[in-house]
Amino acid sequence: MSIQTAVTWLVVIAVFALTVKPLGTYIAKVFTFQPTVLDKPLRPVENAIFHWMGLSRDSTMTAKQYGLALVLTNLAWMLGAYALLRVQGALPFNPAHLKDISPRLAFNTAASFTTNTNWQAYSGELTMSYFSQFAVLSYLQFVTPATGAAAAMAFLRMLSGRKMGNFFVDLTLVVTRLLLPLAIIVALVLVGQGVPQSLGPYLHIHTITGQTQVVPRGPMATWEAIEHLGQNGGGVTNVNSANPLENPTAFSNLVETIAMGLLPVAFFYAFGVMTGKRKLGWTLIGVAAVFYLIMLALLYFPEAAGNPVINALGLHTHANMVGKEVRFGLGGTSIFETSTMSFTTGSVVSAHDSYLPLSSLSFFLGMFLNMVFGGSGTGLLNMLMFVIITIFLMGLMVGRTPEFLGKKIEAKEVSLASIAFLIHPLLILAGTAVAVADPAGVSGILNPGPHGLSEILYAFTSAAANNGSAFAGLKAALPFYEVAIGVVMVLGRYASILVMLLVGESLAKKRTVPETSGTMHTDTVLFGGILFGAVVVLNALTFFPVMALGPIAEQYLMMAHHLF
Amino acid sequence: MKLLRPIIVGTVATWLLAGVAYPLVMTGVSQLLFPSQANGSPVRVGDTVVASRHIGQYFSQNQYFWGRPSATVPPYNAEASAASNLGPTNRLLIAHIKNRIRALTAVTPGLHVDQIPASLVESSASGLDPDISVQSALIQIPRVSKATGLSAGELKRMVQENVLSPQFGIFGRDRVNVVQLNLDLYKVAHLLP
Repeated sequence: MSIQTAVTWLVVIAVFALTVKPLGTYIAKVFTFQPTVLDKPLRPVENAIFHWMGLSRDSTMTAKQYGLALVLTNLAWMLGAYALLRVQGALPFNPAHLKDISPRLAFNTAASFTTNTNWQAYSGELTMSYFSQFAVLSYLQFVTPATGAAAAMAFLRMLSGRKMGNFFVDLTLVVTRLLLPLAIIVALVLVGQGVPQSLGPYLHIHTITGQTQVVPRGPMATWEAIEHLGQNGGGVTNVNSANPLENPTAFSNLVETIAMGLLPVAFFYAFGVMTGKRKLGWTLIGVAAVFYLIMLALLYFPEAAGNPVINALGLHTHANMVGKEVRFGLGGTSIFETSTMSFTTGSVVSAHDSYLPLSSLSFFLGMFLNMVFGGSGTGLLNMLMFVIITIFLMGLMVGRTPEFLGKKIEAKEVSLASIAFLIHPLLILAGTAVAVADPAGVSGILNPGPHGLSEILYAFTSAAANNGSAFAGLKAALPFYEVAIGVVMVLGRYASILVMLLVGESLAKKRTVPETSGTMHTDTVLFGGILFGAVVVLNALTFFPVMALGPIAEQYLMMAHHLF
Repeated sequence: MKLLRPIIVGTVATWLLAGVAYPLVMTGVSQLLFPSQANGSPVRVGDTVVASRHIGQYFSQNQYFWGRPSATVPPYNAEASAASNLGPTNRLLIAHIKNRIRALTAVTPGLHVDQIPASLVESSASGLDPDISVQSALIQIPRVSKATGLSAGELKRMVQENVLSPQFGIFGRDRVNVVQLNLDLYKVAHLLP
């Protein structure tokens, strides 16, 4: 490993370590309505918005109302986005004269960006006008992470014995207090590094070899900033952050990597602050961090060792550079990709389809678990779902009524948490099974052999996890995938959020049981270890068979120099 | 129905802030603070824009240094960025790499396969990678020297002048921007298109 790789990794991890506490505390303060630094300029604006909504800052809702408001608002966005994409040709800011989007692609794209997935069955530079990019899709990149974060904040308020709060207030505050201020800073840094931010037409270049090259421009830096801060992950162009326009330097790569993780990690700390269980907050951060480091190592080392079939040709270097960019190096590439898969961003700086089978396990691991910090707030909800299941398992083992934060975990909560857990593999495995059984699904495969199964599995996993990255060889623009992936994204997004809101409300209604010497403690290293083990066992039991048929089979065949 | 008003107001208000004001105001600020970067970092020779600083171009003539293989159609098509997406056990991937090794050794006097970095025969993620490793540039010197008539020593000096160190000394790797190097070559050797 080079010194640059080590330094890059350390800088990323150090920034997360240094920001988690101040940013987490800030988040907790904003959502418990305590005074914070941006009150002075922002309160009047927010108050005006709340006034027009007919609400006040301390309005509250029940879980059913909150869930309904969340779903209906998202539905409105999805329909609005669909309509605007369908008539893109008639709207302003379209210097490249791009046409209206077809109904199926408009549905897939509207579903994709509304669910915070940002799966893209199109190439941005050839399909989307500037208006569609900044006023439709990039707008959704603000409000959809805000939706997930709002739900998590409502859940935490209930857990900590507060009123649930109002969805519309939370939505507004995530945008004004978290996403916009950070996006302004990140966007400026990225422009400084060379990411275009212009409304001018595509740049026409006359090269010294007498060719013409057309370089897309547009409001790219503002998109990149919120793409990463909100764990959205959809790119302006086809290859996303691998494109030198979206990610021109090693430093811009670092900035985008850090932007993805700032909020998800801080939400874990905010959990500790809001519930008053800081030690438990740190325990959960520790568990997620261990998974993060495992993913990083699993990604880096096989890629550094290279493909044995190519190594046999006797080249000067061994690291696998298929589908990677020189300016990031393997170190910068691997920390970006680990982050995009753990924070469910889904932007990429390299071609995931061209990774070695063993390293691709790291991608799958991030999406299967979906709680290695995860998206802002939604990753926390998934982690707490595993916490509830683990506490239940521990209670069974020692024969006690399980408790969490002083509330008894009973049949209702465990049933709901189990449903939330099972939706994810059900969507992934059933979706993959249908695609493999249907000739329309199989016809989308680019790479033959076990890798083809991995391509399909990756698509459904990415959709269910609302990640949005792809084994991009798969022809995502086939009608079969446009529809199937669109449906899985919607179910994967809302089902688990709604179920977890019900868990929160059910816990909030319970009487708090005083802590005794017999209480099982959740804020210990021991609990962290058991939680880690439970997550590994539950996911291995669910996903190992399909892993064995895809990446693991391919790894052994590759080691035997077997090609397809 | 009670939800209709906050849905409309919430959507319109956040849209005006994040969907309209944010991109447009930031465009104005960026144009003021970073006029070159914000407009795609154009590189000019005289009045003509000959390159965008971070975007690679396709060079296939012997008198120029070559960049990495590009999977776009045609190569280095900046309007349609793409990777090959070929998987590690795909026969085509290995065939492509072997062909590129053959093409390089055929035109470069004295070049052996064990001098060729993998990145020079493996296609990039964007199809627009402007950079190659230093070794990738050095091994092309005999071919460029033969085609341009410039001495190997002079070409080596030009390559070394074009080596970009890791950013701030710590991020990324040593590399050579092929477009920049070829622009220097174009000026020195007065090459014709």
